[in-house]
Amino acid sequence: MNGLIGQPRYSCTLAAQQTVLAIPKGIPITHAGPGCSSKVFGFAAYGAGFQGEGYAGGGNVPSTNTTEQDVVFGGERKLRDLVTSSMQILNGDLFVILSGCTSGIIGDDVKRIAGEFAAEGFPVVGIESPGFSGNSYHGHELVVDEIIRQYVGPVEPKVRPRVVNVFSVVPYQDAYWRADLEEIKRLLEAIGLEVNILFGYGSGGVSEWRDIPNAAFNLVLSPWVGLGVAETLQELYGTPYLHCPIFPVGAQATSRFLREVAQFAGIPHAEVEAVVAKEEKRFYDYFISLANFISDMQNSIPHELLVVADSLYALGTSDFLVKELGLTLEGLHIIDNPPKNRIPVIEQAARGLGGEFSEALEFHIDGWEIQRHMEEKVGKPGQTVILGSTWESDLAKRTDSILVHLSLPINDDIVVNRSFFGYNGGLRLIEEIYAGIFRKGRISTLTQVQEA
Amino acid sequence: MAINLATADVEPRERRLKAVLTYQGSANDLNERSKTQSLKTTTRPFQQCSDCSEMCASTLSECIRGAAIVTHSPIGCAATSAGDGPLDVVTKARGVESQRTQVICSNIEERDTIYGALEKLRGAIEEAYRRFSPSVIFVQSSCAAAIIGDDIESLTDEMTEELGIPVAAVFCEGFKSRIWTTGFDAVFHAILRKVVKPPRQRQGDLVNIFNFLGGDTFTPLLGKMGLRVNYLVPLADVDTISHMSEAACSAHICETLAGYIATGLEQQYGVPEVKAAAPFGIRWTDEWLREIARHTGREDVVEDVIATEHARIEPELERVKKKLKGTRVYIFAGDSYAHSLTNMALDLGLEPVGVTTLHHDQRTDGDLDSLNTLGHLVAARGDIENFTVCNRQPYQMVKTLRRLKPDLLIVRHMHMTILGTKLGIPTVLEGDVNVSAGYDGVIKLGDRLYQALQTKRLIQNIADHVEWPYSDWWLEEEDDVYRKEGHRA
Repeated sequence: MNGLIGQPRYSCTLAAQQTVLAIPKGIPITHAGPGCSSKVFGFAAYGAGFQGEGYAGGGNVPSTNTTEQDVVFGGERKLRDLVTSSMQILNGDLFVILSGCTSGIIGDDVKRIAGEFAAEGFPVVGIESPGFSGNSYHGHELVVDEIIRQYVGPVEPKVRPRVVNVFSVVPYQDAYWRADLEEIKRLLEAIGLEVNILFGYGSGGVSEWRDIPNAAFNLVLSPWVGLGVAETLQELYGTPYLHCPIFPVGAQATSRFLREVAQFAGIPHAEVEAVVAKEEKRFYDYFISLANFISDMQNSIPHELLVVADSLYALGTSDFLVKELGLTLEGLHIIDNPPKNRIPVIEQAARGLGGEFSEALEFHIDGWEIQRHMEEKVGKPGQTVILGSTWESDLAKRTDSILVHLSLPINDDIVVNRSFFGYNGGLRLIEEIYAGIFRKGRISTLTQVQEA
Repeated sequence: MAINLATADVEPRERRLKAVLTYQGSANDLNERSKTQSLKTTTRPFQQCSDCSEMCASTLSECIRGAAIVTHSPIGCAATSAGDGPLDVVTKARGVESQRTQVICSNIEERDTIYGALEKLRGAIEEAYRRFSPSVIFVQSSCAAAIIGDDIESLTDEMTEELGIPVAAVFCEGFKSRIWTTGFDAVFHAILRKVVKPPRQRQGDLVNIFNFLGGDTFTPLLGKMGLRVNYLVPLADVDTISHMSEAACSAHICETLAGYIATGLEQQYGVPEVKAAAPFGIRWTDEWLREIARHTGREDVVEDVIATEHARIEPELERVKKKLKGTRVYIFAGDSYAHSLTNMALDLGLEPVGVTTLHHDQRTDGDLDSLNTLGHLVAARGDIENFTVCNRQPYQMVKTLRRLKPDLLIVRHMHMTILGTKLGIPTVLEGDVNVSAGYDGVIKLGDRLYQALQTKRLIQNIADHVEWPYSDWWLEEEDDVYRKEGHRA
């Protein structure tokens, strides 16, 4: 309604400081108000299942902490001093200046300042990222794009076949980003690719970023975030890209994904089929081991699904839960507020999954609206699985639904190496949902509580 | 100096209280220099992210029962509003009915920075009214709103008329004050101007306690003198808040939190402020109780209560002191609450090897020596050699802590305990400070500190595997503070 936001599920452009921190030895420098960086940490990291400051996040982030004087006289000199001292005090491979609203309105030129440092050979990038310019997803795409333009820059690609750059989940905003990226890398390596995963514990840091132009192709594993980056890379280095809008969860989608990637990469059929066969065998061995439980508890297993998540996780998880676990999709509430030109991409991806997906699809930025819609859709007590955030706790409690965290904020759960990606992710999601029945106290091995 | 309620925005602490963010020296020296208000904040070329006034404002306003908050800002400022879960925990601890936060963000976007966002704000206020049926709406300003020049005050006045409930503007823009606790003052300023009503009749047994979301520990303490506690302002409803002018006196858990509103209430409505340090530590609790007894006509019972309480907790205190004997502690909190923690640490027989306060007010609202907690501390307990003022700044704190090597660290600030943990120092977050109030509070703090000491293996395990982002050059520099451009890495 009129662009208002209640129960926020993302932060602003400046939240991309977490994107910088997700690059090993990447250091953000915020040219912003005194609370901006700290708030981003509170929402996007601490509020993502208590992910901490890690190497140089949280309270360690350098900031000009805008004052009244800076607003009146400009803060460029202060920023120069901060960049210089940051490079002395902090060990970093890449320093990324991010401007906030104050700088954005008064017009400090952070790109020019970064350019001056870069001209002297320092690894400094400057990005206009005022909070009013967009949300966390926008910020992530902007920062990736600018690091490529300013830091990787115009080089002559030395293309190596089988090298792929991966653009997928948004670090921190997607709470399971770390384990997702590890698993994406593992599977792509299994089919014979060399992977620049770019973020997280499995990334080689700036050396991977420098290698971006040399990839044979780019993989956008996301409905829309990253498409802009792939377009940039095509323009800069002529690199082709493969767009897989469905984030695969479970056996069917993951096998389809691997085959598609292999075909695009020119990997022999036999190689990918060997991997698929091995992974599927393992997946179904685990899955079948649950058949006794499923048979005994059939009436206690919830069979309706409500999803509140970004387009990446929402489409991927619901695809699996509907097609492989047999749930009925009641609502698909998309929270990432995609730009207008990307909405058709998401709608098309949903249609591709089936009519029930495009029928359930709704876009919202106001969490209160989501709650209102869910209230109407949620079924009888114990019938529903809700994939959502801590904001959904109250509804889940009142309706005796099983809540599995899939979107921010996640303020009452711990996220370590959980992931719902791929074969392993599918198994993990099964575990979360079925174990949730016991946590709700509805059944035990002795008794199943049924509605009268 | 009197509090000025004629202006829409509150005078920031650096001007009103001569607050500073930088100091290195001793407790005694800081106290002496504050008498002439001669200290100034040094601007440094390197600084790490601070917090802002809006965060402090939200902490108070969002948990007022029946209040709706409209954050007039881009979404990032509003993203951290509290969820439903945490409030259930705190309402249980307080023993009151559950409640939820009611926040809407006007979501200032790029085009609004050109054309202004007042119409959007009007829409947000109307929607908050429809959605929550609130008894008051607080409109919190932001850096973006202030710089584009939206006239929030006129709009909120207009909406007050239109909706028939107070719609109060809170001017808590981050860039306007370097001292984030100005945000507390900003909310209290709005409450004093727009919500509090003149008293209908005095309630001689009612004591205002300004606090955060802590548990109900003041009722057992003041109940011994037959007094009722009026917890303000989080979890209190708007009716309670509007009649805070009827209490016998006002006290608080921290001078930094509530000095402004306590002074304002005294000035506007004659509700006396309890002029003693907050009740943290045995002697400070004694003095605080005596002061409250004086305002409530309980002088006849207070000495009995104090003597009985001393006798009751003495064996417990000895038990805890024995366990903590010889432990060296560092305190990082406050302003004023760091003084309270130090006072309690000394009661527990701990050795305070150093104290850092997050800012320092060189004077109090009302200019009262009786509320100068640093002065009380120095007078009663002597000097503390390592005393600094620092607004978070891990790059500085890590060096101080590495040098002084305390056995324990007590922190009262979000996201700063990690400093101790990364160094292998068992660290306690002083979260709900109500728990530490009064006689039992000292014992409970002692027990929590001892429990933390038992976690040494976990903490050491973390410390053993931490990679610090700070350069060797920086860690080996003698000075804890970066003052000028020097070495280039």
